[in-house]
Amino acid sequence: MAAEGHDAHSPLAQFEVHTLVPIKLGSVDASFTNAALFMVIAVAAITLFLSLGMQRRALVPGRWQSLVELSYEFIANLVRDNVGHEGRRFFPFVFALFMFILFANLIALIPYTFTVTSHIIVTFALAAVVFVMVTLVGLIKHGLHFFSLFLPKGVPIALAPLLIPIEIISFLARPVSLALRLFANLTAGHTMLKVFGGFVVMLGLAGVAPLLVIVVLYGLETLIAFLQAYVFTILTCIYLNDALHLH
Amino acid sequence: MAKGERPPALDELERRLSEARASMDAKARGRSGLPGEQGGYGFAVRLSIELVSTLAVGVFIGWALDRWLGTTPWLLVMCFFLGAAAGALSVYRLTRSMAGDQDDVTRNGTAK
Repeated sequence: MAAEGHDAHSPLAQFEVHTLVPIKLGSVDASFTNAALFMVIAVAAITLFLSLGMQRRALVPGRWQSLVELSYEFIANLVRDNVGHEGRRFFPFVFALFMFILFANLIALIPYTFTVTSHIIVTFALAAVVFVMVTLVGLIKHGLHFFSLFLPKGVPIALAPLLIPIEIISFLARPVSLALRLFANLTAGHTMLKVFGGFVVMLGLAGVAPLLVIVVLYGLETLIAFLQAYVFTILTCIYLNDALHLH
Repeated sequence: MAKGERPPALDELERRLSEARASMDAKARGRSGLPGEQGGYGFAVRLSIELVSTLAVGVFIGWALDRWLGTTPWLLVMCFFLGAAAGALSVYRLTRSMAGDQDDVTRNGTAK
């Protein structure tokens, strides 16, 4: 939490969490931090983007309204294609998830902002929500039959004692890999940007070369911001589909 | 689109939209896996994350069970190998899905 011990120019300094408004709930430190601030900003930006974009409700949408409709349709199609008709019920959840990750990633691309999704606790919390929800949905829909997920069809019963633990481990690894992927991509990308930024300053006039690299990297990071939000969302859809339709 | 004559113009638009959607859907069928993660590098990162995180979960489960049951280090060793097997299995599934069978690609790849 504390800033000391790190050089201010360290490429990792950007990921430090600072307390903005100290709040103590009993012995729990519930302070409002810069991470929390940027989460609030992301949610506020999404709300503004959606509600202002749809304010006119024109039959022939303008640019902004098209963007809003595009994001809606994009997720609606994603859910329809990957989960099927029953997935409609989960659309609000999936849409919220996608928009939050996307906006958090995009806001983080603005210099001097904080990268919310570069903290594994944030991505893991998101993944854990997905994991718990998917498991509950599966259990409610199929009851104990849900656990047949752990024994692939056509496996000799003699192999079951070996395969079931393996399947359980890979099932439990889902949220971890989901969280790790988002976290690793964002952290690596932003660290790289900062490292090349440092080169620009150090090299003086020759710093033009790393500056060009930064331009390219920045484009790549923009792509990654979209891509990782998309990957997180589509994996959520795939897991949902697994839980709804066992095999 | 003529002004004032909205219904016919909208019908026309609807028709063109559904045509465009159909051709886009057809194009999308041709692709496999998670679009954008197909690039060699992205796929490699994905495989390594899958392998490492599965192994880590296995080791963590073994470690936690050992602490709980007091059987250090036997469950840790066992779960290490189970985790390694599970990691290899998920990598195998991912690569197999990369190699082919279209429709089930993402499904077989990441889950089950």
